[in-house]
Amino acid sequence: MADLVLRSGLRARTRARVPFRWSPETTVGAVTVAVVVVAAIIGPLISPWDPNKPDVLAALEPPSLEHWMGTDSVGRDVLTRSLVGTQISLLAGVMITVATVTIGTIIGALVAYAGGWVDAFVSRVVDTAIAIPFIVVVLATVAILGVGTLSVAVGMVVVGWAVYARIARAEVLSLREHEFIMATRSLGYSSPRILFRHVIPNVIRPGLTFATMDVVAAMVVLAAMSYLGFGTQPPVADLGSIIASGQPFLLTAWWISTLPAFILIVLGVGVGMIDDGFSARRKGR
Amino acid sequence: MNDSQTPDTLLEIDDLRIGFAAKAKDAAATVRGVSLSVRRGRIVGLVGESGSGKSLTCRSIMRLLPEGGHVLSGSVAFEGEDVLGMSRRELLEFRSTRVGMIFQDPFSSLNPTRRIGAQMTEALRASLGISEKDAVQRAVSLLDEVDIPAPSDKLRMYPHELSGGMRQRVMLAIAMGARPRLLIADEPTTALDTTTQAQILRLLRRVRDENGTSILLVSHDFGVIAEMCDEVAVMYDGFVVESGPVEEVYLRPQHPYTRALIASVPTLTVPERGYRRPTIPGPPLGTTAYEGGCPFSPRCPLARPACADVPMTLLPVAPAHVTACPFEGVHA
Repeated sequence: MADLVLRSGLRARTRARVPFRWSPETTVGAVTVAVVVVAAIIGPLISPWDPNKPDVLAALEPPSLEHWMGTDSVGRDVLTRSLVGTQISLLAGVMITVATVTIGTIIGALVAYAGGWVDAFVSRVVDTAIAIPFIVVVLATVAILGVGTLSVAVGMVVVGWAVYARIARAEVLSLREHEFIMATRSLGYSSPRILFRHVIPNVIRPGLTFATMDVVAAMVVLAAMSYLGFGTQPPVADLGSIIASGQPFLLTAWWISTLPAFILIVLGVGVGMIDDGFSARRKGR
Repeated sequence: MNDSQTPDTLLEIDDLRIGFAAKAKDAAATVRGVSLSVRRGRIVGLVGESGSGKSLTCRSIMRLLPEGGHVLSGSVAFEGEDVLGMSRRELLEFRSTRVGMIFQDPFSSLNPTRRIGAQMTEALRASLGISEKDAVQRAVSLLDEVDIPAPSDKLRMYPHELSGGMRQRVMLAIAMGARPRLLIADEPTTALDTTTQAQILRLLRRVRDENGTSILLVSHDFGVIAEMCDEVAVMYDGFVVESGPVEEVYLRPQHPYTRALIASVPTLTVPERGYRRPTIPGPPLGTTAYEGGCPFSPRCPLARPACADVPMTLLPVAPAHVTACPFEGVHA
């Protein structure tokens, strides 16, 4: 946020030292993602079909004017269902990422600022968390909390924070001896004030750039878990569970798995392009 | 300067030793017994080259030593109060209202992500406990005091939109917000160009004249010190090697190091062909281990065998003028 404000301030008041241009890549990516997001929000509202209500008489119908992307094995409209699934996947992906970034950054900044044995201890915990294959942790969380979207999300936050903690910690270590941190201390500010008002706003940026890609990663992992049956439970479905439900019919009714998989790919590529555009611009500076 | 304690002594540092190590008991001293006193309304200079311990001495007044730094012995008294023994709360109160500090690099001493106004009002509200509206008003008048044009516009700007000199003024305005008794200026002009440097120094002097604030001015430039200060302490390798009233020290330097330092101040004349400004020969500070005696002896043109056993105690040569060099013949 601060970064955005800072950039626009720079544009407005000083001669454009850093020309702010969207690279064509970023634009294409942003438009792609925007189209999918808008479709996911508006589509289910205007669709005549209920995403979760079976209609066995209309099962496995191929794409037609009535059902644009056909129906699944119990006669539900694949398009409507996929768009609702996109909503769930996106929302879960964003929420998981926000949680991991927030928790990770605060922990990382806190321990780096505290230093000493706290830092040493938590850093080893971070190393361990990063070293353990995260799928194992997610499965373990599901085993403890039971299957469901929330369990998978909790599991992903349990592993995911570590990366952001490591990023934030490294940033804080280089920031801590900066003169303005010294200056805040010389003004008699308390440690919590320095940490939350002055340290964290300055270290959040690298974490945030990393986070764009993490949204897609989180969606894919959630989809994978749902595909395996540990994530989103019927009748509600995210993209992964729709793909899974269509798999037995892949040869006879290709349309069931194809559309949600396609949406997932498009979102992934779109976000990837946004991220690429931004990092290319960073490198160019 | 040790026995100069009078009722108007503001800051009294006595035999301060600072060392670095994970644990205080393992630390070898890098500041080796510094005594210094600052009287009310005086500007005291602390001069010496990089690594002489002047910044550490300053930072210890605020108890802001870098990680791993420990005060090994000695005391810091501010208005008679023991700073090193203050509780956490007392310390925060002390830092926020009684001492101000400005730093060497104005480009990194303001938070780049927050507007000038936000940073100023935050400091003012924290130290004075006033309302946001009063704080904004006060911020404007503080910026005005440090000669910043259009102060209310500046409040909406980010640090990167201001020049180095402007930022140093903002720092000074923030530091002076609570009208502290003592301002510590740690090389405040080193990163600035000469014109700006002169403006900032003039401003510092005005701060003293108008508020009676004592200033502890750290510099490695004897020219700056000579122009600004009432008294000066010359540091070398963690020792005060000479101190006294600035005219005394400048005109009649007693320690060979002080003389070498003064000789290396550039003058505004065109030098003759082939003239080379005197430099200090020998290994620079920090490249050889300290082995007792006078730390300057490896570079001293007047060194003699007895230098290895010099106790580095300050001996009087004139009223309030003391030096650590005990050799009669050296004192010109």
